[in-house]
Formats: sequence, C-alpha cells, structure tokens
Amino acid sequence: MNTPNNSEYISPYIPNTDLDRRKMLQEIGIDSIDQLFKDIPNNYRNPKLNLTKPLSEFELKKYVEELCSMNMIPGEYSCFLGGGSYQHHIPAIVNQISSRSEYMTSYTPYQPEVSQGTLQTEYEFQSLCCLLTNMEVANAGMYDGSTALAEASLMSARINKKSKIAILNTVSPTYIEILKTYTQYQGLSIYIVKENEIKLEDDTTCLIVQNPNFYGNINDMNKFSKIAHENQSLLIAYTDAISLGMFIPPGDYDADIAIAEGQTLGVPTSFGGPYVGIFTCKKKYVRQMPGRIVGKTVDTNGTTAYVLTLQTREQHIRRENATSNICTSVALIALMSTIYMASLGKSGIKHIAELCYQKAHYAASLINKIPGYSLLSDKIFFREFAIKCPKTPKEINKILLKQKIIGGLDISNKGENLMLLSTTEVNSKEEIDHLVSILSKIT
Amino acid sequence: MNTEINDINRKLLMDRSTPGRIGATLPPLDVPKQPLPPDNYLRKNIDLPELSESELVRYFSKLSQFNFSIDHNFYPLGSCTMKYNPKINDEIASMKGIANLHPLQDESTVQGALKLMFELQDSLCEITGMDDISLAPMAGADGELAGMLMTKAYHLANDDPQRKKILIPDSAHGTNPASAAMAGFEVVTLPSDNNGNADIEALKASVNERLAGLMITLPSTLGLFDSNILEVCKIVHEAGGLVYGDGANLNSLLGRVKLGEIGFDIIHSNLHKTFTQPHGGGGPGAGPVIIKKFLSQYLPAPIVKLDKQQNSYSLYSPEKTIGKMGAFHGNFGALVRAYSYIKTLGEAGINQISQNAVINANYIRSQLKDYYELAFDRTCMHEVVFSAKKYKQEYGISALDIAKRLIDYGIHPPTMYFPLIVDEALLIEPTETESKETIDYFIEVMKTISEEARNNPELLRNAPHNTPNTRVDEAKAARNPDLRWLPENNN
Repeated sequence: MNTPNNSEYISPYIPNTDLDRRKMLQEIGIDSIDQLFKDIPNNYRNPKLNLTKPLSEFELKKYVEELCSMNMIPGEYSCFLGGGSYQHHIPAIVNQISSRSEYMTSYTPYQPEVSQGTLQTEYEFQSLCCLLTNMEVANAGMYDGSTALAEASLMSARINKKSKIAILNTVSPTYIEILKTYTQYQGLSIYIVKENEIKLEDDTTCLIVQNPNFYGNINDMNKFSKIAHENQSLLIAYTDAISLGMFIPPGDYDADIAIAEGQTLGVPTSFGGPYVGIFTCKKKYVRQMPGRIVGKTVDTNGTTAYVLTLQTREQHIRRENATSNICTSVALIALMSTIYMASLGKSGIKHIAELCYQKAHYAASLINKIPGYSLLSDKIFFREFAIKCPKTPKEINKILLKQKIIGGLDISNKGENLMLLSTTEVNSKEEIDHLVSILSKIT
Repeated sequence: MNTEINDINRKLLMDRSTPGRIGATLPPLDVPKQPLPPDNYLRKNIDLPELSESELVRYFSKLSQFNFSIDHNFYPLGSCTMKYNPKINDEIASMKGIANLHPLQDESTVQGALKLMFELQDSLCEITGMDDISLAPMAGADGELAGMLMTKAYHLANDDPQRKKILIPDSAHGTNPASAAMAGFEVVTLPSDNNGNADIEALKASVNERLAGLMITLPSTLGLFDSNILEVCKIVHEAGGLVYGDGANLNSLLGRVKLGEIGFDIIHSNLHKTFTQPHGGGGPGAGPVIIKKFLSQYLPAPIVKLDKQQNSYSLYSPEKTIGKMGAFHGNFGALVRAYSYIKTLGEAGINQISQNAVINANYIRSQLKDYYELAFDRTCMHEVVFSAKKYKQEYGISALDIAKRLIDYGIHPPTMYFPLIVDEALLIEPTETESKETIDYFIEVMKTISEEARNNPELLRNAPHNTPNTRVDEAKAARNPDLRWLPENNN
C-alpha cells in the first residue's frame, strides 16, 4: 500500500503543508490521516493508482501541442463542414468577458444576493432568445440543440397527453437518434413523415420540423404549422439561430415550441461541445418547461432583482415528478451567446445571415456548373446545400484534404453520392474559388 | 446599495439600445451578389439591442462584480465541490487545435483529439476501478440518465422486464429520482439509519424480483462513507439488481478506494466537480458514465477505441448501445480540462486531493461542533452537515439566516436545507484547495455568527447587508412570472 501523504510532490492546488496538516489532525484529535478513512473497508483502502507522472505546465503544453499537431485544424485548413455545428467568427469581446472569473468560477445562482451577475445575464439570454425567435418565453439553456429537441417532445406529451411523435424525414438523422435515446422508455412512439405526403396519425402529440432542414433547405413553415394544428398537435420547430437574422422566425408561423443550437452564436465548434440549447415556447406552456428559468422580482427594499423561478417544476424540488432531470443551464455558454447577440445586434445578425446566404449561393451556383456535379434540390436554402457528386465524398474529400481543404459531409444514400457543404462568413471568396477549382478536376 | 445607482446598473440591454450603434465589426461581402428568396420567406424586422463594444464591456463587467465566485470568495457549497479551477486547463482548452476542431471531421484528421479522449477514458477507468467508459454524457444528470438507460437495457436483455424498481436513499440528490423516472423506472425511497448509513433492514425488506437496482451516492450527501457498503452491494446483487454510484462526491475517494473494487457496476463522474471544469454559473459540465465489462455493449455512443496495429484512433458505437446522449462526442471542452488536470497532477497529485479535502472538513467539524449541532457525530469525509435546529427553536434563527450572514463576511453560503433528512441543514464542503488560514477565518466567522444569533438576531435576519440586493421576493417571481424583456416594461 502506498502512503501518498509522504510523497514529495507538492501540488500547486493544495496550499496546506505537512505542518498545517499535523496541526489540524491534532485539533481533530487523531494522529494519522488514515484514521479519517477508517469507514472504507480495510482490504480496499489506498489502492494503487496507476497514472502518469505529474507534468509541469510547460511539459503539459508541449505534450498537448504535439497532440494538436496530429489534428488538421479548421482555420489552417479551409473547412466546409456543417451538419449542426458551424464555424463563425467570434468577436474578441465574447471570450474576454465570458472568461472573467466572476462568471466562470461561480455556481448555479441559488443565492440571488451574490449571483445577480449570472442571474441578470441569464434573464438577458432569455430575452434575446425570445427576440431572436419571436417566441413568448425562453428558459436559461439546455445541453445542446439536439437534447433540447428531445426535451421539447417530452414537454409536448406532458401538455396534450398524446403519445405519438411525428417527425419530418428532413430532420437531421442524428437528432432523431437522440430523440429515440431520451424517449425510449416514456411510452412514446416516433414515426417519420414525408414532406409532401404528411398524414398525421391520431394521438400525435407534436410534429417536429427542422428549418432550415438537414439538407439546408428552407421550408414553408406556415404549411406545417397548419397541418400540426389542424390535428390538435403541437408544432416543434428546430431552427438555426443565425438564419433568423434573415428568414421568418418561429413565432411568426405559430410554433408552439422552438428550439435552436446556440453554438452558432459565439461558441467555438470545439469538437462538438460544450454548446447550449436554446429552448423557447408559448407563454401558456411555461410551467411544463424543462430547465432553469430566471424571473424578475424585487428585494426587501423594493429594488429590482433577478432570481431562479418556477422551481417547483425542477428535480431538486419535485424529484421523480420533475419536468426533467436536467440541473445545468450551461450558463457560461449561454453567456457567450448573450454577448454575441448583443454585440452583433439588430443589423449585425442580419448582415452575418446574409453573408452566409450569399456565399452558399455563390459556391452552389459555381459547383452546379461543374460537369458531373448538381444541386440535389432547387428549393431555397440558407448556408448549407447538398450536391450530387461524380465520385464518393470519401474519395473527393481525400483529394481536397491534400489541398488543405476540409470538404463537406458525406450524406450518400442508396448508392447516390451526396455531399453536404456549408459556408459562413469565414469562408472567403478565394477559399470558395479554390474549392471549386479542385472539384472541377475531380470528375 | 443606493437605489438610483442600482437602477442604472440594472438597466437591460434593450433599454440601453440606441439606433445606429453596433458592437462588432462586420466583414464585407466579397462574392458577387446572389438573388434573394421571395419576400414572404424573409424576416421584416428583428429587435435586438444596438450598443457599442465599449458600452457592452462596461455593462457585462459591472454585472460580473455582482457575483461571488471561487476566484474571489471562499465557496463552501456542500456537495458542489467548489474547488479552485486551475488556469492552465482553460488555456489548454482554448488552444486552436482543440477549440477550432469541427465535430464531423474525418477521424483521420482528428487523431490528436481522439488520442486525448482515449487517454482520459483510460485514466478515469483507472481512478475508479471500472472497466469501460463513455465520455458522451454532458452533465452529471445526463450520466445518471445514461446509467439508468443501461440498467433498463440490461434487464430487458436478460428477459427481466419486471425489474422496474430503483431504490434511492432519502439523502440523494434530486437528479437521481428524476433520472430514474426518465428511464421509465419506479422510484422507491430507502431510509437512512441512525448513523447516516443506508438502513440495512429496510434494504433487505425492499429487494425482490422487481428490483432493477440501487442508486447510491458514496460518500453520501451527509458527507459520510457508508460503513456497510460491502453488505449493501451484496444484498442488491443477490437480489439481481445493479449498483449505481452517483460520483458527485468522488473527490473524497481519489486514491483512497476504487468504487469498481467494492461492488459498483455503474457510476458517473461529475468532471466539473472532481476534475475542475469551472462551474460557469451553472454549466457546462460533463458526466462520463463508467462501468463494468458486462455492461460495455450498452454504453452510449460514441466511444474512442485504439487500433494498436495501425496506431490509429476511431469512434465507435457499441453493439446494443442505448443511443447517443447529444449531437456529437460529449462536452469536449470540459473533457480537455479534466484531462489537463489529471495530467498536471499525475498519480502523486491526484493521491493528495482526498486527504486534504477530508482533513479540512473534519477540522471544521471538530472546531464547530460545540457551536452548531452535528447531524451525525462521526468522522466525515469531504463535507460536514450541521443542523441549525436549536437556533431556530431558541432564537428564531434559521439555517437561511446564518447562511445569509456569512455573505457579510465575504463567504459564500453553504448548501442549505439539503440533505432533506436533516432539519435546518447546513452542508459545508471546504475542498482541498483552501488553506488552513481561510478555514480558520471561516471557523471564527461561524463562531461570531453563533454569538450574534444570541445577542443580535436582527443582524442575521436582515443579512446580507452589503450586496447589490437584499433578500429577494421569490414568491412574487413565481406568482407573476416576468421572464423576459418586453417593450411595455420600458419605463
């Protein structure tokens, strides 16, 4: 058995010295640290821990830099990947402010008197999410867009007590998978409906539509809203936050619950997380919402204050009868999105949306002209589009990679070579032209 | 604080907005203009604030100062493990080769990221004594849900669909019953005995062929290591159930015991607690689910595996996976911080954490037990529970009043009224990163407050005194929910 207390290693994160520890043990009235652990069965106490040697900060950085050199990094490579995570420029203010330790190293704001910074910024987040989506209320954030969607369908079932979830076939297959994970033992069933022949079954709690859809196309959302509501089902819209700078928001087509991935609003792609799920709904459903909600109130002096509210929905009060088990609101990432939205503001968000649109259409129009390539659909699209390719996307991407280009997502289906390409404001004309010139050589 | 100054500080973004201002620089359009879609698809107007960058920085900086945080204050919030978050971890997580990676890149282009995840998988299995792991769950509660879904899948695969009952001790976090319910289980509460352990007789009486498993936090939220844990695990296993360990309090076990060796089948680890992802005002976290071999095939996807011959890493989905917990590979940024922390400390450093955390908690216990009643008078682990019951009875002073008075002394309140089984509970977790001096200061303050409760109780009832807000009206917030800015609020 090892006796780590005798180790010579001094942790930079533990201030107490041997002398401090000795004094404290004396006050406790014992003479060895091991006595504090006597409730642990003897045979299992102080097991061997087989970990690496401690690394100094310098060594650690060098080691991780080596790991990073095994990665091909968007930014050093031009990148046309989307599929639910998008590269956007993040204004310096976002990281500078969100990395302030007052925000970063505080906890869930259970004590409102010492958490008004977090609480007010969460109220701002809710407000800006409502303004962006034109929905009535928002919560303080979910894990990510995909789990927010799963929670939305559970919420829908609580609202109208129906048991079937209808989901459009153009919703991201990944989101459908996650929906299945979260709903599998809830007595709910999921069925897929096709865009042009929607027939909602009886007992359908909601219709889920992604807009723009997985293939980047903009739907006629009023049509889906009508179909859902005529069937007394809710409409759940999974939307793209940046697209709302340009296209009509879910509040305008009477969505009951609207969800979005908050990553596009000032959050790095970071290999898939952490992100934040935006969750909004009609006001009348607010008591069925999952997650944290911040409300405005006053203190004993009548001064404005913010506080976590409607907590009787939540797990720490309601336990197994809570609306969800979620505890976090991913507050720090929500803060990043809040700063991003405030920073871009009214005109900036529109401008960024239009840049995405313009560049995607420029790229698509050029690729569509290359012999062997064609757009999968002639519908309206935003920043992402699917193209039919003459070779497998795997082969094409391999060639692109040699030219320092990370190509599109392989969505080939039934023998058809399909690639999903995405452009944002970070993809310059030069990058797009380069992509097009390489593609035109792969036929 | 002066009401007028407060009103200026508290003015919301939309009320600070001035048409024509902007807080960001925008790149120009560098491609030929493309035709726009029909008007009926386009948004006519969007209401977002219009402020300059300098105004935004001042607003958000000012607001930040209304927070207590680990970097500024002692934060002994029981069960939340508010320990110091090393700065190097944040720097590593924001390196370009980490933060700029796209989750859908081809595996061949992200070998470094996958290797990092693989090594973290290994380290967490080694630390906990388990065999296999998925880093996918995005928070502690998400890890619990994953573990419960795996429990369900396991019993269904064994043709045991009648196993629908999950036992949960009465001291458990609320997420435990909520997660079990989301996985379709019935929750049965297991009482604690007079020593704060799980009540063995009650346990024996509640196990039968309907038992799916036990969900237990070790050490418990009472800060106690259940001294009957081997017997508890045995009883559950003999009844055909699985033992699930909530790893919320793993900090106190690092290097002292491996949960996998004493009978746990599934656990999750809150990386944001034990492995220092900053709490961020309530997230992000990460909650990997860590298991014994016989459950590997049910793990949530994806998992990183190593092809030793090719020396290449790839993502895979186990054969009977319960599915995906989120769109991509888990909260990679949080995983990187945990990895950086484990690498920095190594075996020697990780080994010292639990000892210092437990000494600090027991030191507080020994110094304050004559002033505040202990819920259980025995050696504690990383946290200690006092009850303010007597203050309530004798002076009309509640746990809340004591907690709020601590704020006046620059200390964040401990967890209050939890665990639910202790009246007027004050749950105190100092963590290993606090010095003896800080803890001595806390002890002195707690003694002073005890005296104030007797001699000047109004001081406690009106606390805190120097914060941007005095105590807030929570009932009003719930009765008339005001959850967002609206133009008509603009007065």
